[in-house]
Amino acid sequence: MTETSSYSAAAEVGNVRIRRTRTQRIWMELKKAPISAWIGMIIVLFYAILSIFAPLIAPYGEAEIFAIPFAQWDSTHLLGTDQIGRDVLSRLIFGARNTIGIALATTVLAFLIGGGLGLIAAINRNWVDQLISRGVDVLMAIPSLIFALMLLSIFGSSAGSLIIIIAVIDSTRVFRLTRAVAVNVAVMDYVEAATLRGEGLGWVMRREILPNIMPPLVAEFGLRFCFVFLTIASLSFLGVGIQPPTADWGSMVRETAQLIQFARFDMKAAMTPLIPAAAIALITVGINFLVDWFLQKSSGLHDEQ
Amino acid sequence: MSSERSDILLEIRGLKVEGFTDEKWNPIIKGIDLTLRRGEVMGLIGESGAGKSTLGLAAMGFAKDGCRISGGSIMFDGIDLIAASETEKRTLWGSRLTYVAQSAAASFNPAHRLIDQTVASTVRQGLRSQSDAVEDAKQLYEALSLPNPDTIGDRYPHQVSGGQLQRVMTAMAMSPRPDLIVFDEPTTALDVTTQVDVLLAMRKAVKEFNTAAIYITHDLAVVAQMADVIKVLRYGDEVEQAETREMLTNPKEDYTRSLWSVRMLGKKPESSDDIVLNIENVDAAYGTLKVLENVSIRLPRGKTVSIVGESGSGKSTTARVVTGLLPPLTGRVSFNGGDLPAKLKNRTKDQLRRIQMIYQMADTAMNPRQSVGEIIGRPLEFYHGLSGAANEKRVIELLEQIDLSEAFFDRRPSELSGGQKQRVCIARALAADPEVIICDEVTSALDQIVQEGILQLLMRLQAENGISYLFITHDIATVAAISDEIVVMNKGKVVEQGSKDQVMSPPYPDYTKLLLSSVPEMDPDWLTRIAAERV
Repeated sequence: MTETSSYSAAAEVGNVRIRRTRTQRIWMELKKAPISAWIGMIIVLFYAILSIFAPLIAPYGEAEIFAIPFAQWDSTHLLGTDQIGRDVLSRLIFGARNTIGIALATTVLAFLIGGGLGLIAAINRNWVDQLISRGVDVLMAIPSLIFALMLLSIFGSSAGSLIIIIAVIDSTRVFRLTRAVAVNVAVMDYVEAATLRGEGLGWVMRREILPNIMPPLVAEFGLRFCFVFLTIASLSFLGVGIQPPTADWGSMVRETAQLIQFARFDMKAAMTPLIPAAAIALITVGINFLVDWFLQKSSGLHDEQ
Repeated sequence: MSSERSDILLEIRGLKVEGFTDEKWNPIIKGIDLTLRRGEVMGLIGESGAGKSTLGLAAMGFAKDGCRISGGSIMFDGIDLIAASETEKRTLWGSRLTYVAQSAAASFNPAHRLIDQTVASTVRQGLRSQSDAVEDAKQLYEALSLPNPDTIGDRYPHQVSGGQLQRVMTAMAMSPRPDLIVFDEPTTALDVTTQVDVLLAMRKAVKEFNTAAIYITHDLAVVAQMADVIKVLRYGDEVEQAETREMLTNPKEDYTRSLWSVRMLGKKPESSDDIVLNIENVDAAYGTLKVLENVSIRLPRGKTVSIVGESGSGKSTTARVVTGLLPPLTGRVSFNGGDLPAKLKNRTKDQLRRIQMIYQMADTAMNPRQSVGEIIGRPLEFYHGLSGAANEKRVIELLEQIDLSEAFFDRRPSELSGGQKQRVCIARALAADPEVIICDEVTSALDQIVQEGILQLLMRLQAENGISYLFITHDIATVAAISDEIVVMNKGKVVEQGSKDQVMSPPYPDYTKLLLSSVPEMDPDWLTRIAAERV
């Protein structure tokens, strides 16, 4: 104990951790990922490939009509045909593209609207916050499915209005979450420091607050995507969602639903409406696995020990 | 003082504790011996990372999450705490072994009344009946000089002050009449004036019930008032142990001596007539609550003006007025002779650049998602338009100015120590090339030795760049070290402004006297003397 005044700020933290590159870190995380996360990743990847390469994978066209409606499962039509003689397998594959594409667009739009307004409300905390928050309360007070049905019958069910209407309705939930988490970050000294430096609203939102609230937002993105997906499927099932001849899983269930009554005669044909339903269930489960993993990683909650 | 019964209450031999970091077990405590007799108070002192809190908890047979006791023995009154099961230990905790934490505010449950929390463990351990324990708690409140001891327990934690809460927590620890209390930095978060009351109350209570105690702190002057014996720790090892008086008059190790010398830092006060920042007759309020009344402060160019006072005196609010975060109701702030717009958004980029701010908590003052290079580089880009390689070059120059190196460029704030974080904050302020830096309690969250380093850095930068500091603090020792002029504030008003020598020597206004006399001195009789004087 002889060295006393030889204090050096740089030497204070002795053993510096080796800095790893981004790819190395991602790979390390992947190796530690639980089996459920892997299942989730495989499912999501599978759906992504299906929807991107749909025209190459599908045996027939999306709206191609064949002579026999409700054909049996055989080698020409692996999953048979629907009520007007369209190949079910092909429609299933194209359906992935339409349903997932629309759901993704809707979720992204919901996050842009809800997230942006949430950040603005959290930073301003004055009448702007009051105005947006109360507006959101009003929107949330109306049951969302009924509200969507009403708006869709007013504006018509084109893909565009479907996306916008569901995005606006869902953005209220995103707004609530973003505002709640951003409020905690907005009072931090580094946000004040940025304000004092003279930074504009955009910088404070994007560079100071957003990176610090990403974990809950990404988790919410996954869940919100599932909900949007289910909403679109339910709307299509009710007949106001994606319109024919565009294939989507919700309306496919509705169109072939009656086949279920013939289970006594042909077990395979009766399964036809269940397949698009299973496709919806599978992607929901896959995304939830991924979100669970992400939540566990970012929130510091661990099951083990 | 140590009782006649000199039997040993706690005996620790060759204790080793390890912590799990960077994917391996690293030693925190490297084989420490500790012997504590009944009724004896031992002070544990050292910088952060010395292992004093870990040792304090280990004395109760407890290791935090991510830590483990890996060797040695802990005998508490004949019970082997390492071998004892969780259930056995749980009957000891809260009855014979109790703990007073640093942050009382974070340790109370905000949803329950103080009295219920005070007696909870006593009643649950079956030591007393509820009504008995409540009566006793009221007596403890009185013994700890809490106001209205009969009714204060009906309040919720947020309804009492920090100093009161800390005393309620001591009452909670005393309630089961334990054999040993571990105090973990119980007064670090308090003002000096409050600290005196809390220290007096704790010392009285510990003596009255002849309780043994381990008192953990990094403030030697505080521990000198409380402890019979002092043990100095560093890097998980014992440096030396001695009776308090012996330790103060005759420390054996150089390291122990260096803990004293921090307070010896000094600067010759100078004054100047060239005023860079002038606050004139400012009134300010939060909503309807008036927090500043007719405050006038003058900051000479290239000098340091310290604003001292307890919390709530309006020190930080003054800083908010200067920075434009809180426009004053009346009065004006002028800068380099010209008026400074009251509101932040009316100020030009150049005006913003010339006044920079350094915060108390360097942790929260830096965005955890940005690297050191980005944090320091942003003001360079924003104010001076430096980008790319020129920006990087200047950041590295600044890092060298604050005694860090290029190796820190890519690190995140979480990979820095407390002192390094504060240095990066200083570099960020420097990057703007300011004329005035407002330092809001910049050293109060740091250890003594690290504090000294930061203060020396600030003084060197002032000498090199002619920066003026508005230095806000409640620590008189810091003020004495670096100021040219001192402003004493109390309840939103300026009590006194003058040169350091003038303020720090008699005659004092009453408040200045109270503040100065509350600063703990390196004299074991100081607290007793103060108590006698104030009766």
